Amino acid sequence: MVEMLKQPWSWYVAGAIIGLIVPALLLLGNKHFGISANFRHACAACFPSNIPFFKYDWKKELWNFFFVGGILIGAVIASTLLSNPNPIQVHPTLVTTLSAYGINDYSSMVPKQLFSFASLFTVRGFIMLVGGGFLVGFGSRYAGGCTSGHSIMGLSDLQLPSLIATISFMLGGFIMANLLLPIILSL
Amino acid sequence: MIKELNVLHPTDSVSPAVVEAANTDFEVRSLDTICVNESEKQHPWWYNFKYAVVGVVFGIVFVKAEVISWFRIQEMFRLQSFHMYGVIGTAVIVGMISVALIKKFKVKTIYGEPIVFRPKKFNKGQVIGGVIFGLGWALTGACPGPLFAQIGTGAFVVAIVILSAIAGTWTYGYCREKLPH
Repeated sequence: MVEMLKQPWSWYVAGAIIGLIVPALLLLGNKHFGISANFRHACAACFPSNIPFFKYDWKKELWNFFFVGGILIGAVIASTLLSNPNPIQVHPTLVTTLSAYGINDYSSMVPKQLFSFASLFTVRGFIMLVGGGFLVGFGSRYAGGCTSGHSIMGLSDLQLPSLIATISFMLGGFIMANLLLPIILSL
Repeated sequence: MIKELNVLHPTDSVSPAVVEAANTDFEVRSLDTICVNESEKQHPWWYNFKYAVVGVVFGIVFVKAEVISWFRIQEMFRLQSFHMYGVIGTAVIVGMISVALIKKFKVKTIYGEPIVFRPKKFNKGQVIGGVIFGLGWALTGACPGPLFAQIGTGAFVVAIVILSAIAGTWTYGYCREKLPH
Protein backbone atom coordinates (compact mmCIF):
# COMPACT_ATOMS: atom_id res chain seq x y z
CA MET A 1 0.00 0.00 0.00
CA VAL A 2 2.71 2.46 1.05
CA GLU A 3 4.80 1.38 -1.95
CA MET A 4 1.86 2.18 -4.21
CA LEU A 5 1.37 5.60 -2.57
CA LYS A 6 5.04 6.37 -3.16
CA GLN A 7 4.64 6.15 -6.93
CA PRO A 8 3.51 9.32 -8.74
CA TRP A 9 -0.29 9.51 -8.57
CA SER A 10 -2.33 9.52 -11.76
CA TRP A 11 -4.15 12.61 -12.98
CA TYR A 12 -7.65 11.27 -12.35
CA VAL A 13 -6.94 10.41 -8.71
CA ALA A 14 -5.34 13.81 -8.08
CA GLY A 15 -8.05 15.67 -10.02
CA ALA A 16 -10.87 13.94 -8.14
CA ILE A 17 -9.35 14.74 -4.72
CA ILE A 18 -8.63 18.36 -5.68
CA GLY A 19 -12.22 18.65 -6.95
CA LEU A 20 -13.52 17.37 -3.60
CA ILE A 21 -11.74 20.24 -1.82
CA VAL A 22 -14.54 22.48 -3.17
CA PRO A 23 -17.44 20.78 -1.35
CA ALA A 24 -15.24 20.03 1.67
CA LEU A 25 -14.58 23.72 2.33
CA LEU A 26 -18.19 24.67 1.60
CA LEU A 27 -19.55 22.04 3.99
CA LEU A 28 -17.07 22.81 6.74
CA GLY A 29 -17.97 26.47 6.96
CA ASN A 30 -19.16 28.12 3.75
CA LYS A 31 -15.60 28.76 2.61
CA HIS A 32 -14.90 29.34 -1.06
CA PHE A 33 -11.74 27.71 -2.32
CA GLY A 34 -9.26 30.47 -3.22
CA ILE A 35 -5.61 30.65 -2.28
CA SER A 36 -4.30 33.91 -3.75
CA ALA A 37 -6.60 35.76 -1.31
CA ASN A 38 -3.97 34.89 1.32
CA PHE A 39 -1.59 37.42 -0.23
CA ARG A 40 -4.28 40.06 0.21
CA HIS A 41 -4.89 39.02 3.81
CA ALA A 42 -1.14 39.18 4.45
CA CYS A 43 -1.14 42.77 3.15
CA ALA A 44 -4.19 43.62 5.25
CA ALA A 45 -2.56 42.12 8.34
CA CYS A 46 0.97 43.50 7.93
CA PHE A 47 1.01 46.52 5.60
CA PRO A 48 -2.51 47.97 5.21
CA SER A 49 -0.87 51.43 4.72
CA ASN A 50 -4.27 53.12 4.75
CA ILE A 51 -5.09 51.63 1.33
CA PRO A 52 -8.88 51.08 1.20
CA PHE A 53 -8.43 47.72 -0.56
CA PHE A 54 -6.61 46.39 2.52
CA LYS A 55 -8.78 47.95 5.21
CA TYR A 56 -10.93 45.06 6.35
CA ASP A 57 -11.02 42.59 9.19
CA TRP A 58 -8.52 40.01 7.91
CA LYS A 59 -9.07 37.91 11.04
CA LYS A 60 -12.36 36.74 9.49
CA GLU A 61 -10.23 35.05 6.83
CA LEU A 62 -7.90 33.36 9.29
CA TRP A 63 -9.09 29.96 8.08
CA ASN A 64 -7.24 30.48 4.79
CA PHE A 65 -3.88 30.84 6.57
CA PHE A 66 -4.57 27.52 8.32
CA PHE A 67 -5.43 26.03 4.93
CA VAL A 68 -2.14 27.03 3.29
CA GLY A 69 -0.27 26.03 6.45
CA GLY A 70 -1.83 22.60 5.97
CA ILE A 71 -0.71 22.52 2.32
CA LEU A 72 2.87 23.17 3.44
CA ILE A 73 2.72 20.38 6.06
CA GLY A 74 1.11 18.03 3.52
CA ALA A 75 3.99 18.71 1.14
CA VAL A 76 6.50 17.91 3.89
CA ILE A 77 4.72 14.60 4.59
CA ALA A 78 4.55 13.68 0.90
CA SER A 79 8.18 14.51 0.23
CA THR A 80 9.51 12.63 3.26
CA LEU A 81 7.25 9.67 4.17
CA LEU A 82 5.78 9.12 0.70
CA SER A 83 8.73 10.29 -1.36
CA ASN A 84 9.26 8.83 -4.83
CA PRO A 85 12.94 7.83 -5.06
CA ASN A 86 13.07 8.16 -8.87
CA PRO A 87 13.70 11.43 -10.72
CA ILE A 88 10.65 13.07 -12.26
CA GLN A 89 9.82 11.80 -15.78
CA VAL A 90 9.33 14.58 -18.29
CA HIS A 91 8.80 14.72 -22.03
CA PRO A 92 12.08 14.02 -23.91
CA THR A 93 11.69 17.17 -26.04
CA LEU A 94 11.53 19.28 -22.90
CA VAL A 95 14.64 17.54 -21.54
CA THR A 96 16.52 18.45 -24.73
CA THR A 97 15.23 22.03 -24.68
CA LEU A 98 16.14 22.60 -21.03
CA SER A 99 19.57 20.98 -21.22
CA ALA A 100 20.53 23.68 -23.76
CA TYR A 101 20.08 26.16 -20.89
CA GLY A 102 22.07 24.07 -18.44
CA ILE A 103 19.02 22.68 -16.66
CA ASN A 104 19.38 18.92 -16.16
CA ASP A 105 18.65 18.26 -12.47
CA TYR A 106 15.35 16.37 -12.14
CA SER A 107 15.83 15.22 -8.55
CA SER A 108 13.44 17.82 -7.14
CA MET A 109 10.02 19.28 -7.99
CA VAL A 110 11.75 22.46 -9.17
CA PRO A 111 14.96 22.70 -11.21
CA LYS A 112 17.67 23.18 -8.59
CA GLN A 113 19.78 25.17 -11.04
CA LEU A 114 17.11 27.88 -11.08
CA PHE A 115 15.48 27.61 -7.65
CA SER A 116 18.29 28.29 -5.19
CA PHE A 117 19.43 31.25 -3.15
CA ALA A 118 22.53 31.46 -5.35
CA SER A 119 20.33 31.66 -8.45
CA LEU A 120 18.57 34.65 -6.90
CA PHE A 121 21.69 36.70 -7.66
CA THR A 122 21.75 35.80 -11.34
CA VAL A 123 19.77 37.79 -13.90
CA ARG A 124 17.56 34.90 -15.02
CA GLY A 125 17.09 33.64 -11.45
CA PHE A 126 16.03 37.08 -10.24
CA ILE A 127 13.55 37.52 -13.11
CA MET A 128 12.05 34.07 -12.57
CA LEU A 129 11.77 34.11 -8.77
CA VAL A 130 11.26 37.75 -7.81
CA GLY A 131 9.71 38.87 -11.12
CA GLY A 132 7.57 35.74 -11.45
CA GLY A 133 6.31 36.03 -7.89
CA PHE A 134 5.41 39.67 -8.41
CA LEU A 135 3.43 38.87 -11.57
CA VAL A 136 1.60 36.04 -9.78
CA GLY A 137 0.64 38.32 -6.87
CA PHE A 138 -0.28 41.35 -8.97
CA GLY A 139 -2.07 39.41 -11.70
CA SER A 140 -4.08 37.10 -9.46
CA ARG A 141 -5.45 40.01 -7.44
CA TYR A 142 -6.14 42.09 -10.57
CA ALA A 143 -8.02 39.11 -12.00
CA GLY A 144 -9.84 38.60 -8.69
CA GLY A 145 -8.48 35.12 -8.11
CA CYS A 146 -6.04 32.47 -9.25
CA THR A 147 -6.28 28.93 -10.57
CA SER A 148 -8.02 27.77 -7.40
CA GLY A 149 -10.49 30.64 -7.07
CA HIS A 150 -11.35 31.00 -10.74
CA SER A 151 -10.36 27.81 -12.57
CA ILE A 152 -11.56 25.34 -9.92
CA MET A 153 -14.06 27.11 -7.64
CA GLY A 154 -15.39 29.58 -10.23
CA LEU A 155 -15.77 27.01 -13.01
CA SER A 156 -17.40 24.57 -10.56
CA ASP A 157 -20.01 27.28 -9.96
CA LEU A 158 -20.36 27.82 -13.75
CA GLN A 159 -19.23 31.44 -13.58
CA LEU A 160 -18.54 32.97 -17.00
CA PRO A 161 -16.04 35.55 -15.62
CA SER A 162 -14.03 32.65 -14.22
CA LEU A 163 -13.94 30.98 -17.64
CA ILE A 164 -12.68 34.24 -19.15
CA ALA A 165 -10.05 34.50 -16.41
CA THR A 166 -8.97 30.88 -16.94
CA ILE A 167 -8.56 31.41 -20.68
CA SER A 168 -6.48 34.52 -19.91
CA PHE A 169 -4.29 32.56 -17.45
CA MET A 170 -3.60 29.98 -20.15
CA LEU A 171 -2.91 32.65 -22.75
CA GLY A 172 -0.35 34.33 -20.47
CA GLY A 173 1.24 30.98 -19.73
CA PHE A 174 1.55 30.02 -23.40
CA ILE A 175 3.14 33.38 -24.23
CA MET A 176 5.63 33.10 -21.39
CA ALA A 177 6.61 29.44 -21.83
CA ASN A 178 6.97 29.53 -25.60
CA LEU A 179 8.02 33.08 -26.47
CA LEU A 180 9.56 34.81 -23.45
CA LEU A 181 11.01 32.04 -21.29
CA PRO A 182 13.57 30.94 -23.93
CA ILE A 183 14.93 34.51 -23.92
CA ILE A 184 14.97 34.74 -20.10
CA LEU A 185 16.64 31.33 -19.69
CA SER A 186 19.46 32.29 -22.06
CA LEU A 187 20.29 35.42 -20.03
CA MET B 1 -16.26 43.07 17.58
CA ILE B 2 -16.78 46.82 17.43
CA LYS B 3 -20.30 46.29 16.19
CA GLU B 4 -21.08 44.11 19.20
CA LEU B 5 -19.68 46.67 21.60
CA ASN B 6 -21.78 49.27 19.95
CA VAL B 7 -24.91 47.26 20.46
CA LEU B 8 -24.10 46.58 24.08
CA HIS B 9 -23.16 50.17 24.88
CA PRO B 10 -24.86 52.43 22.37
CA THR B 11 -23.81 55.54 24.28
CA ASP B 12 -20.14 54.62 24.27
CA SER B 13 -17.88 57.10 22.59
CA VAL B 14 -16.78 54.92 19.68
CA SER B 15 -15.48 57.28 17.05
CA PRO B 16 -17.68 57.46 13.91
CA ALA B 17 -14.70 56.59 11.71
CA VAL B 18 -14.21 53.29 13.51
CA VAL B 19 -17.89 52.41 13.29
CA GLU B 20 -17.89 53.20 9.60
CA ALA B 21 -14.83 51.05 9.01
CA ALA B 22 -16.49 48.14 10.76
CA ASN B 23 -19.71 48.53 8.82
CA THR B 24 -18.09 48.63 5.38
CA ASP B 25 -16.01 45.56 6.09
CA PHE B 26 -18.12 43.28 3.92
CA GLU B 27 -18.14 45.75 1.02
CA VAL B 28 -14.36 46.18 1.14
CA ARG B 29 -13.72 42.46 1.17
CA SER B 30 -16.18 41.80 -1.64
CA LEU B 31 -14.31 44.26 -3.89
CA ASP B 32 -12.54 41.10 -4.73
CA THR B 33 -14.67 38.47 -6.39
CA ILE B 34 -13.10 35.67 -4.42
CA CYS B 35 -12.61 37.18 -1.03
CA VAL B 36 -15.90 36.91 0.81
CA ASN B 37 -16.05 33.90 3.06
CA GLU B 38 -18.64 34.82 5.60
CA SER B 39 -19.83 32.68 8.46
CA GLU B 40 -22.13 34.11 11.10
CA LYS B 41 -20.82 31.67 13.66
CA GLN B 42 -18.36 32.99 16.20
CA HIS B 43 -16.00 30.12 16.83
CA PRO B 44 -12.76 30.03 18.82
CA TRP B 45 -9.69 30.34 16.58
CA TRP B 46 -8.70 26.70 16.92
CA TYR B 47 -11.81 25.65 15.01
CA ASN B 48 -9.73 26.65 11.99
CA PHE B 49 -7.60 23.53 12.39
CA LYS B 50 -10.15 21.60 10.36
CA TYR B 51 -9.14 23.70 7.35
CA ALA B 52 -5.52 22.82 8.03
CA VAL B 53 -6.48 19.14 7.79
CA VAL B 54 -8.06 19.74 4.36
CA GLY B 55 -4.87 21.62 3.45
CA VAL B 56 -2.70 18.65 4.44
CA VAL B 57 -4.65 16.35 2.10
CA PHE B 58 -4.35 18.94 -0.65
CA GLY B 59 -0.60 19.35 -0.06
CA ILE B 60 0.01 15.59 -0.28
CA VAL B 61 -1.94 15.35 -3.56
CA PHE B 62 -0.06 18.35 -4.95
CA VAL B 63 3.29 16.69 -4.41
CA LYS B 64 2.34 13.11 -5.27
CA ALA B 65 0.68 14.09 -8.56
CA GLU B 66 3.62 16.40 -9.34
CA VAL B 67 1.18 19.28 -9.85
CA ILE B 68 3.66 21.59 -8.11
CA SER B 69 6.49 20.62 -10.42
CA TRP B 70 7.96 23.42 -12.52
CA PHE B 71 8.65 20.77 -15.18
CA ARG B 72 4.99 19.67 -15.39
CA ILE B 73 3.88 23.28 -15.85
CA GLN B 74 6.41 23.74 -18.66
CA GLU B 75 5.09 20.56 -20.31
CA MET B 76 1.54 21.84 -20.01
CA PHE B 77 2.27 25.16 -21.72
CA ARG B 78 4.28 23.42 -24.43
CA LEU B 79 1.46 20.90 -25.01
CA GLN B 80 3.86 18.05 -24.30
CA SER B 81 1.77 16.29 -21.70
CA PHE B 82 -1.87 15.67 -20.91
CA HIS B 83 -1.20 15.29 -17.17
CA MET B 84 -2.03 18.82 -15.96
CA TYR B 85 -5.05 19.13 -18.25
CA GLY B 86 -6.30 15.83 -16.85
CA VAL B 87 -5.84 16.99 -13.24
CA ILE B 88 -7.53 20.37 -13.71
CA GLY B 89 -10.27 18.92 -15.94
CA THR B 90 -11.15 16.16 -13.47
CA ALA B 91 -11.08 18.62 -10.56
CA VAL B 92 -13.49 20.96 -12.37
CA ILE B 93 -15.90 18.14 -13.26
CA VAL B 94 -15.92 16.81 -9.67
CA GLY B 95 -16.31 20.37 -8.37
CA MET B 96 -19.19 21.10 -10.78
CA ILE B 97 -21.08 17.97 -9.76
CA SER B 98 -20.52 18.77 -6.06
CA VAL B 99 -21.74 22.36 -6.39
CA ALA B 100 -24.76 21.24 -8.43
CA LEU B 101 -25.69 18.68 -5.77
CA ILE B 102 -25.22 21.22 -2.96
CA LYS B 103 -27.50 23.67 -4.79
CA LYS B 104 -30.12 21.08 -5.77
CA PHE B 105 -30.49 19.58 -2.30
CA LYS B 106 -29.85 22.90 -0.50
CA VAL B 107 -27.17 21.19 1.57
CA LYS B 108 -26.16 23.09 4.71
CA THR B 109 -22.77 23.36 6.39
CA ILE B 110 -21.94 21.05 9.30
CA TYR B 111 -23.10 23.88 11.57
CA GLY B 112 -26.45 24.14 9.79
CA GLU B 113 -25.76 27.39 7.93
CA PRO B 114 -26.99 27.70 4.34
CA ILE B 115 -24.22 27.47 1.74
CA VAL B 116 -24.08 30.72 -0.21
CA PHE B 117 -22.82 31.28 -3.76
CA ARG B 118 -22.25 34.76 -5.11
CA PRO B 119 -22.22 35.38 -8.84
CA LYS B 120 -19.03 37.05 -10.08
CA LYS B 121 -19.17 40.16 -12.22
CA PHE B 122 -17.11 40.50 -15.35
CA ASN B 123 -14.48 43.22 -15.42
CA LYS B 124 -11.43 43.88 -17.61
CA GLY B 125 -9.20 42.79 -14.74
CA GLN B 126 -10.05 39.16 -15.42
CA VAL B 127 -8.46 39.51 -18.87
CA ILE B 128 -5.54 41.88 -18.16
CA GLY B 129 -4.79 40.53 -14.70
CA GLY B 130 -5.38 37.01 -15.98
CA VAL B 131 -2.71 37.33 -18.67
CA ILE B 132 -0.28 38.90 -16.16
CA PHE B 133 -0.94 36.02 -13.77
CA GLY B 134 -0.38 33.52 -16.59
CA LEU B 135 3.02 35.05 -17.38
CA GLY B 136 4.02 34.64 -13.74
CA TRP B 137 2.58 31.13 -13.55
CA ALA B 138 4.80 29.87 -16.38
CA LEU B 139 7.85 31.61 -14.88
CA THR B 140 7.57 30.29 -11.33
CA GLY B 141 5.99 27.02 -12.45
CA ALA B 142 3.42 27.43 -9.72
CA CYS B 143 0.16 29.15 -8.96
CA PRO B 144 -0.29 30.39 -5.38
CA GLY B 145 -1.24 27.05 -3.75
CA PRO B 146 1.71 25.08 -5.15
CA LEU B 147 4.10 27.85 -4.02
CA PHE B 148 3.40 26.89 -0.40
CA ALA B 149 3.79 23.21 -1.25
CA GLN B 150 7.12 23.82 -3.02
CA ILE B 151 8.52 25.23 0.23
CA GLY B 152 7.32 22.08 1.98
CA THR B 153 9.36 19.93 -0.43
CA GLY B 154 12.51 21.80 0.59
CA ALA B 155 12.71 24.55 -2.04
CA PHE B 156 13.12 27.25 0.60
CA VAL B 157 13.97 29.98 -1.90
CA VAL B 158 10.29 29.93 -2.90
CA ALA B 159 9.66 31.93 0.30
CA ILE B 160 11.15 34.84 -1.66
CA VAL B 161 8.67 34.16 -4.48
CA ILE B 162 5.81 34.34 -1.96
CA LEU B 163 7.13 37.61 -0.46
CA SER B 164 7.37 38.99 -3.98
CA ALA B 165 3.79 37.87 -4.66
CA ILE B 166 2.64 39.70 -1.52
CA ALA B 167 4.50 42.79 -2.79
CA GLY B 168 2.72 42.39 -6.14
CA THR B 169 -0.66 42.16 -4.42
CA TRP B 170 0.16 45.25 -2.34
CA THR B 171 1.16 47.15 -5.49
CA TYR B 172 -2.15 46.19 -7.07
CA GLY B 173 -4.01 47.51 -4.02
CA TYR B 174 -1.99 50.72 -4.18
CA CYS B 175 -2.72 51.37 -7.90
CA ARG B 176 -6.19 49.82 -7.94
CA GLU B 177 -8.07 53.10 -8.55
CA LYS B 178 -5.93 53.96 -11.57
CA LEU B 179 -6.16 50.57 -13.30
CA PRO B 180 -8.85 49.77 -15.89
CA HIS B 181 -11.56 47.46 -14.57
